Amino acid sequence: MSLQAEPPEIERWTEPPGRSYLAISELVAAPLLERRQWRWRAWWIAFGIASGLTLIMAICMSWLFATGVGIFGNNTTIVWGLPIADYVWWIGIGNAGTLISSMLLLMRQRWRASINRFAEAMTLFAATIAGLFPIMHLGRPEYFYWLLPYPNTMVVWPQWRSALIWDFWAISSYILFSILFWYVGLIPDLATLRDRAKTAFPRYFYGALALGWRGSARHWYFYEHYHLTMACLAVPLVVSLHSVVGMDFAASLMPGWQESIFPPYFVVGAMYSGFAMVVLLTALVRWGFNLQPLITAEHFNVMAKIMLAASIIMGLSYLTEWFAAWYHGERAERWLVGFEFTGGYAPVYWCMLLFNCIVPQLFWFVRIRCSIVAVVVIAILINVGMWLERIEIVWNTLSHDFLPSMWRIFIPTFWDWALLFSSLGFFGFLYLLLARIFPMVSMHETRRLIYEESHQ
Amino acid sequence: MTEVLLAEFPGAAALLETARKARPAGYRPLDAFTPFAVEGLAEAVGAGGSHVRVAMFIGGVAIAAMAYATEYFSAVIDYPINSGGRPLNAWPAFMLFPFAVGIFGAAVSGLIALFMHSGLPGLHHAIFAVPGFERVSQDAFLLALDSPRDEAELQRARDWLREAGALAIWEIKT
Repeated sequence: MSLQAEPPEIERWTEPPGRSYLAISELVAAPLLERRQWRWRAWWIAFGIASGLTLIMAICMSWLFATGVGIFGNNTTIVWGLPIADYVWWIGIGNAGTLISSMLLLMRQRWRASINRFAEAMTLFAATIAGLFPIMHLGRPEYFYWLLPYPNTMVVWPQWRSALIWDFWAISSYILFSILFWYVGLIPDLATLRDRAKTAFPRYFYGALALGWRGSARHWYFYEHYHLTMACLAVPLVVSLHSVVGMDFAASLMPGWQESIFPPYFVVGAMYSGFAMVVLLTALVRWGFNLQPLITAEHFNVMAKIMLAASIIMGLSYLTEWFAAWYHGERAERWLVGFEFTGGYAPVYWCMLLFNCIVPQLFWFVRIRCSIVAVVVIAILINVGMWLERIEIVWNTLSHDFLPSMWRIFIPTFWDWALLFSSLGFFGFLYLLLARIFPMVSMHETRRLIYEESHQ
Repeated sequence: MTEVLLAEFPGAAALLETARKARPAGYRPLDAFTPFAVEGLAEAVGAGGSHVRVAMFIGGVAIAAMAYATEYFSAVIDYPINSGGRPLNAWPAFMLFPFAVGIFGAAVSGLIALFMHSGLPGLHHAIFAVPGFERVSQDAFLLALDSPRDEAELQRARDWLREAGALAIWEIKT
């Protein structure tokens, strides 16, 4: 352990070119208004690839809606396949942005100032994409609106006791809530863009969206009240959302699913994969928009610490599952754990344990945490590991339930994979567009960080 | 028509200090304009008392109550299903829907309250006409005082602001 004094906070979170109020506006606004200081070539290449994948996603969805869920690898035993795993994975990532942003705000972690904005944007798109998957998985997607309570000629109502109904409401409330949280935090920055714009169109565009923000003490006072209260509300909402996703599984009677640990285990998993995705986006945004003065290696260091803590909790959750299966004494539960380690999906399970529990232990070393490349590589592995976890939860239990005559193995089809990878492209497409229109770093919160850190 | 004395300060700390001293010195601070939220500034210029949270609470509870009423009406009154003798009003299972939409309802009510309190959206305001006001959203810190009508008093106010560190002073009519 080092006995050296920690550097002053301002030196940890900013580099000298980003330590003045004007420099922050310049760094963040120049790529948007003056089309300077960004890697436009890389952006266009990425945008081209993402657009291609988005087109593939549109083709996949059209083919799916035209021919039905038979294009997936689902069979009579494994009725939930990749779309459900993709859904859980995306909603986990979608959870994390608002969770990170609001929890760090409530914990007074001021360094969040330069990462919260794109974490929130990540939430919006990931949660929206997640919301598409259950609809795609429905045999008759055209009737998804039956989840809504509306007076209808059939005189029936939704079944409120069903976890799937909770899911629908939790996701839709969460997406709408996240849009508000993101937009309100953006208003003062839109005013900055309005005031910096030199041509008419951006001035009108950002001016209209800024709603006439004047930076008055009254504005800030009410804004702060609202934003902080929203953060307080966001935490229970996010926790409830992924708990409900956990209950989609846990409310059943299947071995490996019917566990009381599922809701908290899903919430931690969401935070874990979400932080990993934020690390990846942080590295890309930092590089693409030359934001090195505002996003330092220290940001990666602290995020790596959080991922390390989450990986330990994940490991503990897996241990608890195995222990509970043994302690429970139910034959199907014990079979299932044996199947996880030795059955048809064993290599996937071992990989998952490696990526989620073993590899992140490298974060104990400060040299790894302070190397951006190392943190990003491990974050990608964590994201892969978390996807494997989701698919394992679906596959293992359904492949190996109470009745041995029903045991089957799931073989993913081309369409299963195409939809997964093209959804990543669609996410990239939306994210790249957003990065060209809205500031990726919260300018007003970074200014405040500089002010407060230099007046302590 | 109000007359306003607008002074620019080099930083948030100087602005905050002057705003706090203005009232004891006999001036009436009207507002302040900053590029980020400065703690204590709103109170110093006499803006306090927010009903945003009250509105959020009332809105959230009202929407949650409506959601529960919908569940109760549909599951108990309009379409009761006896499933193994389970209670029709299954309140533990009914909680999530009111909770989720209640939080969203609170967020919307809070936004409406925020707009009502702060006068947004209002795309035009007389203060935008002040030269250099566009820097308020970047790096300028302004304090607005109620301008004394008397010429001698006005001069005294200008001197006081300069002494407090004001970089520039404007007199505007709104």
